[in-house]
Amino acid sequence: MPSSVIEITVNGSEEEFIAKPGTTLLSALRDTLGLTAAKRGCGVGTCGTCTCHVDGEAVMSCLVPVETINGSDVKTLEGTTPPEGLSPLQQSFLDNFATQCGFCTPGMIMAAEALLAQNPSPTREDVVTAISGNVCRCTGYESIIEAILAVGK
Amino acid sequence: MSAPTTEAGGFDVVGKPVQRLDAMGHVTGRTQYFEDYNPAGMLHLKMHRSERHHANLVEVDTSEAEKVKGVVKVLTYKDVPKNWYTILTLINVGYPEEVVLAEKKVLWMGEPIVAVVATSERAALEGAAAVKVTYEDLEPIFDVEEAIKPDAFPLKPHGTNYFEYEGHHCRRVRLGDVEQGFAEADHIFEFKYQSRPIEQAPTETTGCIVEPQHNGRLKIYSDTQACFFTLDNTALILDVPFGKLQVVGGTVGGGFGGKVDVTVEPISCIAAMQTGKPVKYVYDRYEEMQISSPRAAERIYIKDGVMNDGRIIARQCTLYADAGAYSRHSPYAATKAAAHMPGPYTIPNVHIDSWCVYTNRTPSSAMRGFGVTIGDFALETQMDRIARELDMDPLALRLINAYRDGDMKAHHKVAEGTALIEVIQKAADLVGHELPGELRALSSREGR
Repeated sequence: MPSSVIEITVNGSEEEFIAKPGTTLLSALRDTLGLTAAKRGCGVGTCGTCTCHVDGEAVMSCLVPVETINGSDVKTLEGTTPPEGLSPLQQSFLDNFATQCGFCTPGMIMAAEALLAQNPSPTREDVVTAISGNVCRCTGYESIIEAILAVGK
Repeated sequence: MSAPTTEAGGFDVVGKPVQRLDAMGHVTGRTQYFEDYNPAGMLHLKMHRSERHHANLVEVDTSEAEKVKGVVKVLTYKDVPKNWYTILTLINVGYPEEVVLAEKKVLWMGEPIVAVVATSERAALEGAAAVKVTYEDLEPIFDVEEAIKPDAFPLKPHGTNYFEYEGHHCRRVRLGDVEQGFAEADHIFEFKYQSRPIEQAPTETTGCIVEPQHNGRLKIYSDTQACFFTLDNTALILDVPFGKLQVVGGTVGGGFGGKVDVTVEPISCIAAMQTGKPVKYVYDRYEEMQISSPRAAERIYIKDGVMNDGRIIARQCTLYADAGAYSRHSPYAATKAAAHMPGPYTIPNVHIDSWCVYTNRTPSSAMRGFGVTIGDFALETQMDRIARELDMDPLALRLINAYRDGDMKAHHKVAEGTALIEVIQKAADLVGHELPGELRALSSREGR
């Protein structure tokens, strides 16, 4: 199979690049576009550290062949950070001490942001469900849940 | 100079939330983990690993691997200047008994045999899969007590399947005479405890990127928890001065003890030296779960002589830590285990044997409180069982036996700064657990 030319919008910027068949969105973001906030924790869709948005939906970018989302709008944590300061969700993660090693944080914030976009006042159960695909092996779930709920209120 | 103030508001840190230094990087995704570095022309290293638990290597054929498109280097033990090492060598624990790449035999399923370096991760994987190894199977040993039998097959160069502590078969603690204690006791309680290996499972897998520098040094970007173990052991394996290496570390995407071994950096350095290019070697999720060292499985026997009133007058602990095929940090773990027994209790007769045993299982190493956590599980389960057998309040049993200032510990040290009694009393208050007056009146400061 030949490589394909991919055209996607990433964090508001139109990107065009060549990808070999099967190249994942995660690999395209990290290796081709140099956007490294999304992490490769497992590469098989079980840990959620690679969570990004495709057309507003939270996806595990390690499972998405980039050729299947040609023309889509992609958002990563880099696109969430305002030019000055932090987004309310980022600030809440900071204020609620919701980071430890930090490796799950980009995926957690992206999962939470997708939830809040659809459901601005989530219940605790909504939050737990929304981040159920994201592993925090430091097990700091309580403070993460608190941080997300604080923004939703 | 003014004295430190205790007035409210006099402290900048105590009593106030202080933001973590790294939190801003974490919430913006700007924290740089080793794999976020992506130097131009980087090569990828993947490992061909043993598919057997215990076997002689009859033939290792790398010819097909070398033909895979994109493969630039195939490394065997012959490429490793000092192939034999042991992690704790620089603090004088053990001797070189682990190999970077297998030579004539393999001691565990997953042991590295051949490293394949290629221009893409995919080519490196294909190359590693193309290595052909012919094995002559040997009987594997999976059980610690089987391993230490006199007729067991010796896995280690020194001829026994246990670590020797200054000429002894295990770490030993002796106080009084346990046999006499058992003879005088009203009850004997003997139970066996067993744990399995536990994987630390950090979300960021173990790995490194090694980049040759223009000044001849090698720069190692690593997620190791132990920068200096890594630097020192890698230099010893490469047979180069320590100053030849620079480790860039300190940002770890979860470790929990799982990233204190030196498993990826030495062979990556060799690959970088031989190719002159940056080399990345990172475990995939399967390797992190199956190849990286877990917490050791432990088997613990505890035999207690106990009086009708709950006083424990003799305790014998025999503990086996399963190091797996190689030492790594397990000799230290078994020492810690010996130091932790017989628990925070004053017992006049104590006999502890803590073994570090080799088997054909995955090498075990550090994990949060290794050598201690499983021991505590065994000790405190033992206390609960004794309390149940004697129909006693489990807190009362612990209070009666808790060590106090001035007591002689099993390690021949006088206990000081003890607080177990007060902690139990406070914990009982917090959960509304009634304690009789005489237990309420106990104090760590008052001798027996």
